[in-house]
Amino acid sequence: MTASPALAPPPAQHRERLLGTYFCMGVLFGIVLTKGELASWFRIQEALRFKGPYLYEVFASALAVAAPGFALLKRRRARALTGEPIVVPPKRLGSGVRYVAGSVLFGLGWALIGACPGPMFALLGAGVGVMSVVWVAALGGTWVYGWLRPSLPH
Amino acid sequence: MVPFLLKPWPWYVTGPLVGLVAVGLLAIGNKPFGLSANLRHMCAATFPGRVAFFKYDWRGAGLWNLVFVAGVVAGGFVGGVLLANPDPVAITPQAQASLAALGIRDFTGLVPRQWFTWHALLSVRGLLMMVGGGFLVGFGTSWAGGCTSGHGISGLADLQSASLIAVISFFAAGAAASFFLLPLLVPR
Repeated sequence: MTASPALAPPPAQHRERLLGTYFCMGVLFGIVLTKGELASWFRIQEALRFKGPYLYEVFASALAVAAPGFALLKRRRARALTGEPIVVPPKRLGSGVRYVAGSVLFGLGWALIGACPGPMFALLGAGVGVMSVVWVAALGGTWVYGWLRPSLPH
Repeated sequence: MVPFLLKPWPWYVTGPLVGLVAVGLLAIGNKPFGLSANLRHMCAATFPGRVAFFKYDWRGAGLWNLVFVAGVVAGGFVGGVLLANPDPVAITPQAQASLAALGIRDFTGLVPRQWFTWHALLSVRGLLMMVGGGFLVGFGTSWAGGCTSGHGISGLADLQSASLIAVISFFAAGAAASFFLLPLLVPR
């Protein structure tokens, strides 16, 4: 690494560090999704049909770890390993329409394919090749949203 | 492979690990745990067109997350292929009966093998299920600004009311769709 000029670089030229660490965290999460069966179509339908507690137990215990963790990091005004101050950006409530309408559409799709965005990618790795079509369709949905965004309520 | 490693994990292992991933990303690099943002980054990186929503520095905002997702694919291979559970999924008998009524016979693997095939895309139902489902997931999560991870874990863990609204909405719609919409689109 050569010394950088005295002026701080603008954020646009910000070079991401620790990419290897994020990859490893992703590998861990992919294993959790598959071995923990969060990427299981059967488990998702079990939960959506209220026929078993598994997914709800996973969510509750995940939050039991994440909520105190987040609170602690925020309370202490902690800095991340990279030196950045830790900030959890608030989701602006606004009219709230986007959270209801967007989530309802997402929920419909979630039940149809039995996978949300994380599991979609884990299933690709798990050899469910046809998930690549689902992925491209999801990119299509994202793109159309971006295009229609100026005329949608938020 | 050691049989122990092939067993699925119980909820009290899975859930806390999900929580740790979210806390870990925040502690390591002040990164918000959320998977659906990657769909936007991928559009911005490949085909932004003239859409303002895709005109931003996706490398600065999302390169870490795209790398994270590449890891998820690799982890899916480890957990879903190398360490694949050979036994049928241990869902409750009630769930099994409910899904058997849809025509599911094989409960092994992560998805019903009989439906998630390339061949299923040739039927109108199969095409609607996968392309329609994928489209809704992309459109919906982008509109809502998050999915099961971004709202369900990060947002709820941060006690954000917007995320609670989102979670209630997608669970309610998901339940309704599983009961009423899925049976209509099941490939036969």
